[in-house]
Amino acid sequence: MTPKPLDGVRVIDLCVVWAGPFATMLLGDLGAEVIKPENPFVFQPMTRGAMARPPQILLERSIAWSGGLPRNEVGPRPWNYNPTFVSLYRNKKSFTVDLRRPEGKDILRRLVAISDVVYENNAVGTLEKLGITEEWLREANPQVILVRVPAYGLTGPYNNARALGVHLEAVMGHTLLRGYDDADPSANTAIYSGDYMAGAQGAFAVMAALWYRDRTGEGQTIEIAQAENAAAMFTHAIMDYSLNRNVQSAIGNRDVHGRYPCGVYPTKSPGDATTMDDRWVAIHIENDEQWQRLVEAMGSPAWARDTRFATNEGRAEHFREIDAHIAEWTGKHEDYDLMHQLQARGIAAAPVLEASRMFDDPHLRARNFFRKQTVRDAGTHEYVGPLWQFEKTPVEFYQPPVCFGEHNEYVYRELLKVSDAEYEALKAAGHIAEEYDPSVP
Amino acid sequence: MQALDDVRVLDLTHHIAGPYATRLLADLGADVIKVERPGGDVARLLPPFKGGLPHPERSGLFFYLNCNKRSAVLDLATGAGKAALEALARRSHIVVENFAPGTLDRLGIGVEFFRRINPALPVVSISNFGQTGPYRDYRLTELTLYGFAGEMYSMGLTEREPVKMAGTAALFESGAAAAVAIMGALWASKRFGIGQHVDVSLAETHFGGVDRRHATAIAYQFSGRKTIRAAGGGAGMPQGIYPCADGYVEFTNASLRPDRVDDMLGHPDWNQDPRFNDPVQRLDPYVIEEWNTYFLTWCLERTKREIWAEARRAKVLCGPLFTMEDLFEDEHFRGRGFWARIQHPELGEVEFPGRPFIMGKGGWELRRPAPLLGQHTREVLQEAGVDAATVEQVLAAGGMR
Repeated sequence: MTPKPLDGVRVIDLCVVWAGPFATMLLGDLGAEVIKPENPFVFQPMTRGAMARPPQILLERSIAWSGGLPRNEVGPRPWNYNPTFVSLYRNKKSFTVDLRRPEGKDILRRLVAISDVVYENNAVGTLEKLGITEEWLREANPQVILVRVPAYGLTGPYNNARALGVHLEAVMGHTLLRGYDDADPSANTAIYSGDYMAGAQGAFAVMAALWYRDRTGEGQTIEIAQAENAAAMFTHAIMDYSLNRNVQSAIGNRDVHGRYPCGVYPTKSPGDATTMDDRWVAIHIENDEQWQRLVEAMGSPAWARDTRFATNEGRAEHFREIDAHIAEWTGKHEDYDLMHQLQARGIAAAPVLEASRMFDDPHLRARNFFRKQTVRDAGTHEYVGPLWQFEKTPVEFYQPPVCFGEHNEYVYRELLKVSDAEYEALKAAGHIAEEYDPSVP
Repeated sequence: MQALDDVRVLDLTHHIAGPYATRLLADLGADVIKVERPGGDVARLLPPFKGGLPHPERSGLFFYLNCNKRSAVLDLATGAGKAALEALARRSHIVVENFAPGTLDRLGIGVEFFRRINPALPVVSISNFGQTGPYRDYRLTELTLYGFAGEMYSMGLTEREPVKMAGTAALFESGAAAAVAIMGALWASKRFGIGQHVDVSLAETHFGGVDRRHATAIAYQFSGRKTIRAAGGGAGMPQGIYPCADGYVEFTNASLRPDRVDDMLGHPDWNQDPRFNDPVQRLDPYVIEEWNTYFLTWCLERTKREIWAEARRAKVLCGPLFTMEDLFEDEHFRGRGFWARIQHPELGEVEFPGRPFIMGKGGWELRRPAPLLGQHTREVLQEAGVDAATVEQVLAAGGMR
């Protein structure tokens, strides 16, 4: 087997929801052994689903990425095939242990002693309540790299705030900076781009800390305050305020760098938005030459030859009028045809793809982007591929989205060298399981 | 000592995603040598500008993306430019570039050029759609990236067009993803002596990334269900964005912990209605709508900061919608040392977001502001042992200082 960049690096995943699990998945993709301890008596909401055993009606009333289980059925073990969970848990291992009990915590201590990284993104105070503090971890393993990803930081007046990506992005300005320029901010859909940023940079930070440890022998603690980390995405607005005291607001689909036209236009559609069958094309003209080529592509209609529109300044002034004309033209064409036709003329254009349509895209097929994985009780499906393609250390999906407790034998017997008697005792005490305790809703 | 201060990066990137990736390395001490074409990185001419007027040394965007780097101007179409590039590559640990696929090959400085110099030197290429495939030469911008590969389809109102994120958020996300690939390539080189070409497609960093696209895709495979475009306001108890006395607050459906919401509200009589506390009735749209009329009144009587304080106390998922002014003035971020300051020759003293994260050891330091165009051409070429005649030729060809 080809070596992977992070072969031999062991990561303990004490993560929840998205930002943490995304980071550890990227580390797993690069070859780290990522192990998730899970508690058969405690269900972490929004990680393996909303509930361990959701009622059928909850699935139906939930958005697809939360409630779209295989065949739309709860099935025997819904925690193993929640759509959000399976998207974040390839290339990881799972074992079970009740960390609230001393013997369970001791199992974690033994695992920490032979690991390189502990990664957590729980609400501040959650691990402390279990006695899993920096000092405790450091005692188990002085060289360990501990990554903590609080929403607003471990210190300061907001350190106790509960937040998902959407809330901390609101605080960093994103919600007032995005969305339609002519509608109330409440028209905004929830967004989780901050989880992407913190996840990717968490993986980056771990590899930098490993680099530091390789040079010095020293471990350390990394604090990623998710809100602070998200700020880079809003550089345009932050720097405008910093340099000019200018408070920016939402500009819809227009270009923040002021190049017109830039918009999303309707195309021929098999249906409407209520059945997710509406289709749109995104077109962005970056200079005057591209504008002329768009005019040609549209068949040089009289309105477009208007000299007022020849310069970006003129197009900026009359963008709503221009957008209405473009929409009239795009409405007569298929979205993919528009992309190919405009791209052939050197214009940035692409369909606004509803997620299911990516599976039909010839470019992604040509690049073998999708990967088949099989999950117990869910079957075999195509999943989206990795973020990058490495020539000599390719990202492989060597472990499908992990089932609850799938690696109990491996972690307890092979890694921790637990005796048969101890294994049986831990199992009898409920630590070792492949299902949540019946008491967990 | 900084974690990456033994790493030298030959940075052939421009615009946003590439420079953001290499800035993350520069922040941790890497010596990032930013090679600019005569005239400079296009981002130098992107707003916001100090004073509002375009000027290659006054872009706030360029400033943010290029702190801690050194700038050398090379005309890579000339022999002297190529000789200088070769000398820089010889002492680099990684090359990062984001030209359109094929561009560097045409100039004779593609992957093979670097491989000949050092077989263990990794080259990370960031491009719109990747180095292969039918869309290899297609253009891509923030709008079309998010529209095609990101979650745009589900963003906005059902009856209107899908809508993008703010600014160039999607390109920044891709830059963060590329930084992970760079570190992966560095580790493979350091541990196994593997030099390799890494293909980072901006589109695939979004197709394969979070913000639901990965999950909506598999949800479709699992169940045939798709994700509607809808704002979600008032669809839970509470859920979505609500107006309040001085702005807006955002909540996420707290149906799993109605006790916490009741605590946040101060246990008012209206919230004790049995229908509001029955797990099945709480899924009824009419019950939700009625609850929301009470809740809206509660919001309108309070400021966003008052509401958030109550939510924090009761552990309810909530965030106020801040303006940039709110953010800059906020005491939490001030108190934590989030804001950095540095002198810049054209911008004066600049205040901007500092560390991307806090490392206990070897982490972020602000060593220098964004470089002036070609500020370090002579310096870095002399360090690389380029002969004096070549240095002068490079400088004459637009290398500036």
